[in-house]
Amino acid sequence: MATASHTLPGAGAPTGLLSWLTTVDHKKIGILYLYTTFFFFIIGGLEALTVRTQLAWSNLKFISADLYNQVFTMHGTTMIFLVVVPILAGFGNYFVPLLIGARDMAFPKLNMLSYWLLLAGGIVLNASFLLGGAPNAGWTSYAPLSTAVYSQGTSIDFWIIGLLLGGTSSTLGAINFLVTTITMRCPGMKMTELPMFAWSMVVTSVMVLFSTPMITVALLLLFLDRNFGTVYFSVPGGGDPLIWQNLFWFYSHPAVYIMVLPAMGIISEVLPVFSRKPLFGYQFIAWSSVFIMILGFSVWAHHMFQVGSPLQVDTFFATASMIIAVPTGIKIFNWIGTMWGGALKLTTAMLFAIGFIAMFVIGGITGVSLAIVPINWQVHDTYYVVGHLHYVLFGGSMFGIFSGLYYWGPKITGRKLNETLGKWHFWLHTLGFNLTFFGMHILGLLGMPRRIYTYASGQGWDVLNLISTIGAFTIAFSVLLFIVNWFVSLRSGEVAGDDPWGGATLEWATSSPPPVHNFDKVPTVKGLNPLWADAHPGEQSHY
Amino acid sequence: MKIRRPLIIIAIALFVLLVALPVMAQQGEPCTTCPVSFDTPSVLDPASDYAAESAKLFWFVFWIATGVFVLVETLLIVAVFRFRNRPASEAVQIHGNTKLEILWTSIPALILVVLLGFTLRSMAVIRAPVKGEPLKVVAVGHQWWWEFQYPDLGVITANQMIVPVGQPIEMELRSVDVQHGFWAPQLFGKMDAVPGRTNRMSFTVTEAGEYGAQCTQMCGEQHAQMRFQIIATPAGEFQTWAAGQQQVPPPPEGEAAVRGQEIFLLRCSACHTVGGTVAAGRVGPNLTHVSGRDFIAGGIMPRTDDNLRQWVQNAPSFKPGTLMPDFSIILSPQDMTDIVAYLSTLK
Repeated sequence: MATASHTLPGAGAPTGLLSWLTTVDHKKIGILYLYTTFFFFIIGGLEALTVRTQLAWSNLKFISADLYNQVFTMHGTTMIFLVVVPILAGFGNYFVPLLIGARDMAFPKLNMLSYWLLLAGGIVLNASFLLGGAPNAGWTSYAPLSTAVYSQGTSIDFWIIGLLLGGTSSTLGAINFLVTTITMRCPGMKMTELPMFAWSMVVTSVMVLFSTPMITVALLLLFLDRNFGTVYFSVPGGGDPLIWQNLFWFYSHPAVYIMVLPAMGIISEVLPVFSRKPLFGYQFIAWSSVFIMILGFSVWAHHMFQVGSPLQVDTFFATASMIIAVPTGIKIFNWIGTMWGGALKLTTAMLFAIGFIAMFVIGGITGVSLAIVPINWQVHDTYYVVGHLHYVLFGGSMFGIFSGLYYWGPKITGRKLNETLGKWHFWLHTLGFNLTFFGMHILGLLGMPRRIYTYASGQGWDVLNLISTIGAFTIAFSVLLFIVNWFVSLRSGEVAGDDPWGGATLEWATSSPPPVHNFDKVPTVKGLNPLWADAHPGEQSHY
Repeated sequence: MKIRRPLIIIAIALFVLLVALPVMAQQGEPCTTCPVSFDTPSVLDPASDYAAESAKLFWFVFWIATGVFVLVETLLIVAVFRFRNRPASEAVQIHGNTKLEILWTSIPALILVVLLGFTLRSMAVIRAPVKGEPLKVVAVGHQWWWEFQYPDLGVITANQMIVPVGQPIEMELRSVDVQHGFWAPQLFGKMDAVPGRTNRMSFTVTEAGEYGAQCTQMCGEQHAQMRFQIIATPAGEFQTWAAGQQQVPPPPEGEAAVRGQEIFLLRCSACHTVGGTVAAGRVGPNLTHVSGRDFIAGGIMPRTDDNLRQWVQNAPSFKPGTLMPDFSIILSPQDMTDIVAYLSTLK
């Protein structure tokens, strides 16, 4: 297989445009997900660069206040709802069936619907730019700012419909992942011995199922308020704007774990393979995810410490938020335990996985500091929070996603990505990331609020903002390298063969890319690392 | 490694370009109407009991966090350097260690218990009932400026909140439109002004000074320009200031100011109040003592006659979205000059 043959496996399957539009194959849908979400990642990235250019120095007039508000709103909305959540669903689509030795997802047509709903949501959301202005009330769109009285025009309606479509896509996907992993595992694979990425998709899907209805309800109520004269969030009508915040965060805090657990799953696949060791403490990593999922539903009001709740309420949410650091810490120590004593191969995929740990630790620590209510009262809604959330979602999730693209890219395309360009990408990415976001913590402490389109000179904020802007362009440059790498490697990269990394899980037991039916023969497995079972006989026992 | 050199060149060019960006931006003419500059409003430079308590807690947490950070990153770096590029046969096939798991579950849990204890103590200190006779101030959020009412003194002002040093200040926070965030980093943490609710918070300033502040809750187009200042003065000076605010300004003298008042009462009184006149609008800031303030329009420009004239003439051109209309088509340049002449008498 690893010979220089240029006819890659999987050839012969239909590849025309019609085949993409009508496909129900989980791999093709996965590829559609990945390309679509990466396209939105580029749009969201350009929005980020626009924001950073406007803020590079005090009193700049690169764009107007209103356009700035549209751009930062769309940056947040795009990156969360059109990039990180669905790109991980894309990985799930492509790899969950392969990891569990199945031929497809349980409901292929539902799967197809999930993708097209996501695309529709993305188009509706972005169409608003051309049809009267994009949403401009922040990705949180707090009522009453987002109600018809203070947001005239249709921009928020585009936001609501786009998110409803995306949320429905996400819910259908979750049902599909759950049914697939529960009913379609190959013989010998126990639910408690799922590959860690598949397990994290199970846990994430449960979260999606229970939290998405909340934002769906909130969006519908807002839509009714805006268009049909209801008063759920209107004070003069007897409503309460805080209802919006409670409903919104009941989804949007779990959404943080929806965005990070699958990325944690990806690096839990990558770290063992490039350490040449089994995952350290499989059961602890697996159950810590469940613990995070359960706790994740009882921390939402830590986004609301400054709305004037009674101290008892704040105390409850502060305690729950702090406890989440324990299962997260368990994961981090177990990942380091996986590397410890291994024979590390520092490929680009591995570097991004290690980078994930290194950066996520910072996001985790600042997360604990934000759970400490008096500190939260000071730094909430400042750049400190912007720094924190990017260390979690960019330093965490996006690093995991890039790790996954370098690790699984060869399985998808049949060719390895160029490692030299990959390492340039990694180091510039990491450098740019820290330049962009580390100083934001200090800016927050120096009193700079988030979501401001300009600031006065002489307040001590200029230099750190400039460094941040330079960092943002460095990240953009590094992502450009990745895109070049991807397309160059697609044409002329080294042919990967079935198993370029010496993997342990079933996706490496079939060709790259896999045939339409995935496996010529339904695999039968024993234990956690089926492909390594032969290499290390007798060591498959775990506690 | 053919690609290395062009990459380095592109990277350097990118850096140079970006450093040049703000330098080019600074080339323009001096900015007379740029937002008023406050001293860095740092959380870690506290000037009240409240801010001192949160700064103390911050530093305590900071050092614990730094310890955790150094420990974890060191472990990670050691793992990378010690175990890289070894032959695969040397990788020890272990699956876990229950003792280690217990250790790295319980130690972080213990640290968190300690942090939680200090958190609760600090919350109780900050939210403790006020001791002594407090000064009541009601801050009302508007898109996009703050109104400050002193109910016990019968004083209403805007943009600048004057408070005495040493006396507890009891704040009530309200909003007339959307949610706003009330925050002066050196004096107190955030409390939101939520429509339909009255939130309460208190603090005692320990050091006289001028403290920069601004709205922290996204509140619409000009959220960035909803700025204010808290001026803490010794008790005596505060009394003098309050007594001055309680006076009704004398009737204007001079032809321009008298004419200015007539136009003001005709055109501006629906939205603005001036004590001692029929102007009693509550939409815009109370202007009874507007010329005693240092800046106007939510802290976006210093209060000079020229700025006042430009603002009255066409406010939306400085602050798009503001409720203050464009008067340039209604009022003649002479009208503007006269109105400013009148406003200058309101000290």
